[in-house]
Formats: sequence, C-alpha cells, structure tokens
Amino acid sequence: MNQTWTLTKRELRAYFDGPAAYVVLCVFLAITGWFFGNALFLQNVASLHSVFSIIPFIFLFFMPALTMSSFAEERRAGTLELLLTLPIRDWQVILGKLLSVALLLLLAIALTFVYALTLAILGDLDLGGTVGGYLGLFLLGTTYGAIGIWASSLTRNQIVAFILGFAIIFVLFLLDKITDFVPGQLGVIMQYLGADYHFQNLMRGVIDTRDVLYYVSLTGFAFLLTTYTLAKRPE
Amino acid sequence: MIEVRNLSKSYGPVQAVRSISFQVNQGEVVGFLGPNGAGKTTTMKVMTGYLPPNEGTVFVDGMDIRENTLEVRQQIGYLPESTPLYSDMVTYDYLEFVAAMRGVQKDDRADRIAEMTHACGLQEVLSKRVDTLSKGFRQRVGLAQAMIHNPPILILDEPTSGLDPNQIVEIRELIRTIGKERTVVLSTHILPEVQASCDRVIIIDNGVLVADGTPEELQTNLSAGEHVSVTLMDDEEDVAGVLGAWDMAEVVEHGTSSNGEAYFNLNSTSDIRADLFRLAVNNGWTLTGLSRRHENLEDVFRQLTGG
Repeated sequence: MNQTWTLTKRELRAYFDGPAAYVVLCVFLAITGWFFGNALFLQNVASLHSVFSIIPFIFLFFMPALTMSSFAEERRAGTLELLLTLPIRDWQVILGKLLSVALLLLLAIALTFVYALTLAILGDLDLGGTVGGYLGLFLLGTTYGAIGIWASSLTRNQIVAFILGFAIIFVLFLLDKITDFVPGQLGVIMQYLGADYHFQNLMRGVIDTRDVLYYVSLTGFAFLLTTYTLAKRPE
Repeated sequence: MIEVRNLSKSYGPVQAVRSISFQVNQGEVVGFLGPNGAGKTTTMKVMTGYLPPNEGTVFVDGMDIRENTLEVRQQIGYLPESTPLYSDMVTYDYLEFVAAMRGVQKDDRADRIAEMTHACGLQEVLSKRVDTLSKGFRQRVGLAQAMIHNPPILILDEPTSGLDPNQIVEIRELIRTIGKERTVVLSTHILPEVQASCDRVIIIDNGVLVADGTPEELQTNLSAGEHVSVTLMDDEEDVAGVLGAWDMAEVVEHGTSSNGEAYFNLNSTSDIRADLFRLAVNNGWTLTGLSRRHENLEDVFRQLTGG
C-alpha cells in the first residue's frame, strides 16, 4: 500500500511540476467565481446553486484533460513497462493514479469553500444542500476521472484518450436530459444511468445511498475495465 | 537461478517464441543473441513478469513466475529496450521514486542512491531533469534504477544500442563490473559485445533456440573448418591450375589485386599453411602473404540465423 501512495505522490508532483495543475485550478476558480459573483451581486441570489450547476459542465472537459496522459503517455514513452514490472499489482498502479486525480479534484473543490464561507458570513447558507452538493461534486468528478483513466489506458495517443474520455462522459451526462424522446420505461432507466441526475439529487440536500452507490459502482466499473485493459499488456 | 522451461508466447496469430528452454546459473553473464524480431525482447518481457507466458513458464530461485510474480519481480532489475524513463523528473527524485516503489526502506534510500551514483558515474547529472540528459547518461540512469534495490538478477534489453563507440565501451565496462557479483542476462545483436562481456551465449532465431554455449564452444563446434588466404607474385591462372588440382584444400575465391598480386581464399578441414608453403616452394612461386582465419562468432551467427 506504501507503493500506491508513493505513486500517487509522483503523479501529483507531475501535475504541479508542470503547468497542468495551475492552469486547471485557475480556470476552474475563474469560471466558478464568475458564476458565484454574478449570482450574488447582479441577481442578488445568495446561493451556491449557480456554482454547483456550472461545475458538472467544467468537469466534462477538465476530468478527461487531467487524466488523458495517465496511461497513454506511459505507453508512448515505454515507462508502462517499468511500472508494470515493479513488485506491485496492476490495480495498485491504477489506484495510485486515480487517487492523485481525486486529490487534485478535492483541492479544486476545497478552493470553492471560500464561496460557501462568504455565504455563511452573510448569513444564509443551506447547509444540507451545500454538504450534499460538495459530496456530489467529489463523487461525480472521481467517476469522470476513473472513466478518463480507462480511456487513457486504451490508447497511446493523449488526444485520442481525451476525445474518447470526453465522449463517454458526455453520453453519461446527456442520458437523463433526453428522456423526453424515449418511451416511459426506458426513460426511467436512462434517468437512473445519467450522471447528472444523481448529482441533482445530492445537491438538493438529500443524501441518498442510491445516488452515492451509483457513483461508487460506476467508478468501480471503470476501474475494472482499466484492470482488464492493462492485463492485456498493450504495446 | 533462472530456468526458462518450454516457454511459448504469441501475439495473436504471430508466434514470437516457440518452446524455448534454457538455464542461467548464479553469477553468469549470459548474452542473448538473435536477429531483430527473433524473440529476444519477448522472452525477456516474460522473464521480468511483464508478459504472461502462453505455455511453459520461468522459474527464478525455484519460484514460478506465474504464481509468485511479485516475489520474482523483487529479485530482478530490468532495463527495457530503448531505456524508458520518467523524463519530467530530476535524476535523484527518479531514483528515489524507483527505490521507494521497489520497497527500499526510507532510511536506506539515500545510501542506495549514493552507491548507484558512484557505481554508474551519475554525480554530475543527479540534479538535472532526465529529459536533458545525453543518451549515455540516460543509459546509466537506466542501469542505476535497475540496480537500486540490489537485485541478484539483472535483465538488460540491448543496453548499448544507440550509443556512440566511447559510450558503448563505458557501458560494457560498467556491465562487466556489475556482472562480477550478479547474474546478468543481456540481449544484443552486436557480436563483439558478447565476446567482450559474456560467459555464455544463447542464440535464438525466429522464436527458436538454435545455440547455447560459451563463445569458444560455439566457434569450435559450429565452425566449418579453416580459412586460409594466400597472396603470390605469380600469374593467377598458372597458380589456379595447380591449386585447383590440389586435394588438401578447396579454392573458394581467387583474383588479382590492384598491385598485381594474385590472391586465393581456400577452405580446408585442417591447418594447411605448412603444406601450402611447401607447395609454393616446389612450384617456384613467390609467396607474399599467408594467413589463417578462424571462423568467428559472426560466421556462426550468420550460419545459424540464415543471414
């Protein structure tokens, strides 16, 4: 387990040694800040709702971008062979990478606590909705991250990995928004499979295990697929 | 130490390795030889636990690589082909990362890195990013990371490819030093390298093992006899007539060189230089050169691998 953590630290350092982490964090804060300020000052709405609503859109692009290199670059550079001949299991390698993305995600989310704090000081913070919203964002982001990592394990080209990851995530994002076009029973299934639907639930402040379970199982599924892809030892 | 038993590996319909078996004893430096695409890299990838075998297996210290993968990996230091390294890391950090991943205790890491720095001559690049290093230094960093956990076995896939002649000599010397206390398997298609640094040679071609022995053994057992070259200051046709009828040797090639001397290349089963000299004296020829050449490893290699 120590080795998994060592790998996580290396991945995090790679993010912060280059411009990737800074660009992502700055743009993330700029967009969310604009939506927060816009709601607060222009519309006189003291709520995190507009911030929480825009973040799933940001994740749609950012999570594939943050994970596109995770295995694709290792395959291109040949370092995957070094990594997978170390005395650790394949799943530890994947877990190490997923953890690093989750931690970076946690940092990005934590930076928006400033908005919640501002609202708390001004006196009108919906605690349930805020906690649920933050939990939802973390689960949603981690799920997207796991899918991005799987997409990255399928190719040695980072751009292909990005597009692939984005496409899968985009379909999941859309599922619950197009239920009007399909017959009843199918619509219910599609709604349940939609990634954004469960986030909307959590954001309302109702922390339902079914919503949490949805994200956890989807993350687990993407993780399993990555294990399967790596076991085939792609060239 | 290492036993490869009936190992087969295919990539889809392409059979890369077909039922190869060999052993490597403790402390040996074994050269793994073969033309490009012969299956050297594939065999090494199975030995290091990267690829699972289709059939057969590899035992390291009696442990089956299919069952005790992690324990076997811990015994092995590996330098893959073309030396992949994390290019965004500083050399020191990279070595520390590999040490930590290899399970070297935190307190011992600095000592191990210092030792490797000394052994591989990395003092001047320790604080440089890996992507700024020359090919020679990359290769040294690759060797250092392979040995960071002090493994009893080293597997090096083409450790000298892409280096300039000076660097090749340096890396070869480094390998010879390393090989004194370790079991080393190195692949190459550079033949002098095998003669310079290996105790034993294993030649594979088209996925099949075609020879296994010391470089000397291979030369003696597999050579097709003696090659003798002779030059004379006489008319080529006259000499050719006599030599053609001579029963001790066979004329392989003859001609007249630019300085007017006739040359002949002969094949025979034994050393015929003395007989040839007497033949020249009896015929009144003026002998200007007479030399014997052993069949070398290169000839053996070409003969075995159909080059």
